[in-house]
Amino acid sequence: MANPTHPAEPVDGFDFYVAEDEHHEPGTMLGFWMYLMSDSLIFGILFAVYAVLGANYAAGPAPSDLFEIEKILLATAFLLLSSITYGFAVITMQEGKQKAMMLWLIVTGVFGLGFLAMEVMEFMHLAHLGAVPGVSAFLSSFWFLVGTHGLHVASGVVWLVVLLIQVQKHGLTPANKRRILCLSLFWHFLDLIWIGVFSFVYLTGVLL
Amino acid sequence: MSAEHHDTHEAHGSYRSYMIGFVLSVVLTAIPFWIVLAEVEIHLWLALSIIFGLGAIQIMVHVFYFLHVTVKAEAGWQVMSLVFTGVLLLIVLVGSIWVMTHLNTNMMPQHEQMEMMRNAG
Repeated sequence: MANPTHPAEPVDGFDFYVAEDEHHEPGTMLGFWMYLMSDSLIFGILFAVYAVLGANYAAGPAPSDLFEIEKILLATAFLLLSSITYGFAVITMQEGKQKAMMLWLIVTGVFGLGFLAMEVMEFMHLAHLGAVPGVSAFLSSFWFLVGTHGLHVASGVVWLVVLLIQVQKHGLTPANKRRILCLSLFWHFLDLIWIGVFSFVYLTGVLL
Repeated sequence: MSAEHHDTHEAHGSYRSYMIGFVLSVVLTAIPFWIVLAEVEIHLWLALSIIFGLGAIQIMVHVFYFLHVTVKAEAGWQVMSLVFTGVLLLIVLVGSIWVMTHLNTNMMPQHEQMEMMRNAG
């Protein structure tokens, strides 16, 4: 006989499912976190490829011939500033201040575009010098690693613009809040990957 | 409900925690760039150790202050998946570098091989 106080309990006492779920939030944030973890595996593999092939110049240019650290410092500053302004956007969102949040998001987007502009200028400069991916294993792995990061930042900016339109249209709905928190994870994650890029590729490349 | 609201607020940081993270990041970024740009006269391996050490610390700062990873978040799944990914990355990176540098070492230049054959004979 089923216990009348627990009508959901199976008759013979077997539980074939977890009766009590520990967290009540929708799984989107955790799912997005899992995506970021798999994305960091992609970057990890690209870093490994660069670590293995980065010294094979094939009589082409070496990192110290190509990299301009002052410009990389400026790009790093843009990305770091965009991280803190996104943080302020999340805080103002929690306080329900939609206008302020949108302003912080726009500032974030401008810094993101500044970073992308620096990167596009660097790639154009490299192409002008003839340091294209086909020249050496070093340049192939460099373009692939840094380009993949740049593509991520570019898609982050597109996502940010889409979110701004959605917030403008529908306001700070729970769905929009969740989307902004997901993009927050994505944006800070890209800044984290960039730490690896400037330490390992640029600074180490110039020293060696 | 109020406790839940408090939780979500905590989980996504405050001005204070973001500023602490930002200032730490600025310092941890500035030192490696300064070493390279000012061409500080230290041993190459010391310079590389500082760059990689501070980079690793900065990654942890970002994980804690910007990504807000805590042991409690998402019933522990967040930090579990992070640690798991970290282990995978360590295996992939250390393993690749280790294997490939040894592969290069084992590829002996022609004349060394000839010399070994001569010595053996």
